[in-house]
Amino acid sequence: MQQTNLTINGQEHALDADPRTTLLDALRNHIGLTGSKKGCDHGQCGACTVIVNGRRINSCLTLACMHDGDEITTVEGLGQPGNLSPLQSAFVAHDGYQCGYCTPGQICSATAMLQEAKDGWPSNVSDDLAKGQKLTDEEISERMSGNICRCAAYPNIVDAIREVAEGAEA
Amino acid sequence: MKPFTYARAADTPEAVREASGPSHDFIAGGTNLLDLMKLEVMAPDKLVDINRLDLKQISETEDGGLRIGALVTNSDCAADDRIRRDYPVLSRAILAGASGQLRNKATTGGNLCQRTRCYYFYDTAMPCNKREPGSGCQAIGGATRLHAIFGASDQCIATYPGDMAVAMSALDASVEIEGKDGASRTVPVRDFHRLPGDRPDKDNVLEDGELITAVTLPAPTGGRQSYRKVRDRASYAFALVSVAADIGMEDGKISHAALAFGGVAHKPWHKPELDALLTGKEPSDALFAEAADLLLAEAQGQGGNNFKILLLRRTLRAVLREATQMGETA
Ligand SMILES: Cc1cc2nc3c(=O)[nH]c(=O)nc-3n(C[C@H](O)[C@H](O)[C@H](O)COP(=O)(O)OP(=O)(O)OC[C@H]3O[C@@H](n4cnc5c(N)ncnc54)[C@H](O)[C@@H]3O)c2cc1C
Ligand code: SF4
Ligand code: FES
Ligand code: FES
Repeated sequence: MQQTNLTINGQEHALDADPRTTLLDALRNHIGLTGSKKGCDHGQCGACTVIVNGRRINSCLTLACMHDGDEITTVEGLGQPGNLSPLQSAFVAHDGYQCGYCTPGQICSATAMLQEAKDGWPSNVSDDLAKGQKLTDEEISERMSGNICRCAAYPNIVDAIREVAEGAEA
Repeated sequence: MKPFTYARAADTPEAVREASGPSHDFIAGGTNLLDLMKLEVMAPDKLVDINRLDLKQISETEDGGLRIGALVTNSDCAADDRIRRDYPVLSRAILAGASGQLRNKATTGGNLCQRTRCYYFYDTAMPCNKREPGSGCQAIGGATRLHAIFGASDQCIATYPGDMAVAMSALDASVEIEGKDGASRTVPVRDFHRLPGDRPDKDNVLEDGELITAVTLPAPTGGRQSYRKVRDRASYAFALVSVAADIGMEDGKISHAALAFGGVAHKPWHKPELDALLTGKEPSDALFAEAADLLLAEAQGQGGNNFKILLLRRTLRAVLREATQMGETA
């Protein structure tokens, strides 16, 4: 067993678990935060995306014990009914889902992606690598390619993200 | 996943000491190792977590290059202002790989050591000389869409799947390695990965316990750099073929040429004769055809990947045209 201290959505948790426990399984099975989803368990779908120390990662491909002292934000920590984050609201307003299974990962991913864009990170479709890419639909799709939606709600997902991106720019 | 013991190393000597032993592995981002451990393709009995080591900086070297620490994430490397300005082929190659989430975790050292995506390597029900030496190679005569056209052996026809190292090969970067008792050595990226030969289980030259501490880039050549990756979907897919180029132009002639190719061999493919053929010549389609002939003379399809030969010819021509046309203004 491995002792690990995690701060999840602002709350401290002392986890005592087999070192094989992934961060995703720790969140869902040990801590009871079932918002983060297991799609593939192999880094191929993005349903398990959470934000660790400000960065989005696949929680299925990392061990909980590697995150001693880290700050983790899951979809539950972004907002709650009655107090939704801008992206959570925009996904509701634009119907950015059908079954909803990929949605928590999409929203965590998009939250951190907007910060990456704000920090001037380029993407594979950026014409030049200089700072300050405008988030065109092509940029949004490329930057969100790590989140697969089996229902193909992509047009509405992009609409929701674009609205928040433009709101943040204005 | 098989059980293992977990150790967190505080510094490089401790990491090397802890990882010495046949079934001991470093874990960095974990994005390749854990994937393979879940499938029990890899089953180390000890994991040495190196994430607390002080190898997260990109610093300038005395000869005008950059030293990228082994734990610099792919995201940080691709977004670094100096790399974007002086080594755009490296930013481009990294950004063409995996996804935003994976690049946030993937490290410089781990990316170099990522293992093949051969379907049979991943399937423990199948024979595979890389996973289980002596068991055979199910890919030969099987599904070979992802497989090598250069440097394969009768024991293994797998490819090295990564993008980052292809750019590093074109840039002629070096890998800094630390071993037992503080012994260190430097290996050119071009020599870091091996051809499969009769030891397909060995992907690269690292010996037991050896740790990659950094990758150093020589001073930029001032050439025009590009990375072109062709794949089955527009994003979040491995290369079928890729071309990394650093091409300098002077007085209408190619003054510097360095090309490396991904998705085609057990290592980033680099052919010095190709760089030499282009250097000093005026760019033309005839020259580019000659270059492709030289590159592809030893290409060998496996059936399902025969298309890569023509695809590589065309991708090379496209990259050379782009690089030399833009360079003409110099
Ligand atoms: C769905 C998916 C898609 C992907 N697509 C692409 C793609 O398009 N292009 C691409 O290039 N890659 C792609 N990748 C692979 C990804 O880039 C690698 O998984 C990643 O770079 C590995 O880095 P890591 O730090 O996570 O390595 P780890 O998983 O931690 O380690 C990998 C190996 O390297 C060893 N290692 C790690 N650090 C060191 C060190 N400092 N010294 C010695 N040995 C070390 C480990 O022991 C292990 O054997 C993809 C991965 C996934 C899951
Ligand atoms: S090509 Fe190499 S990795 Fe693939 S099955 Fe054959 S031996 Fe294994
Ligand atoms: S569950 Fe983690 S990427 Fe699919
Ligand atoms: S809404 Fe069903 S998978 Fe995306």
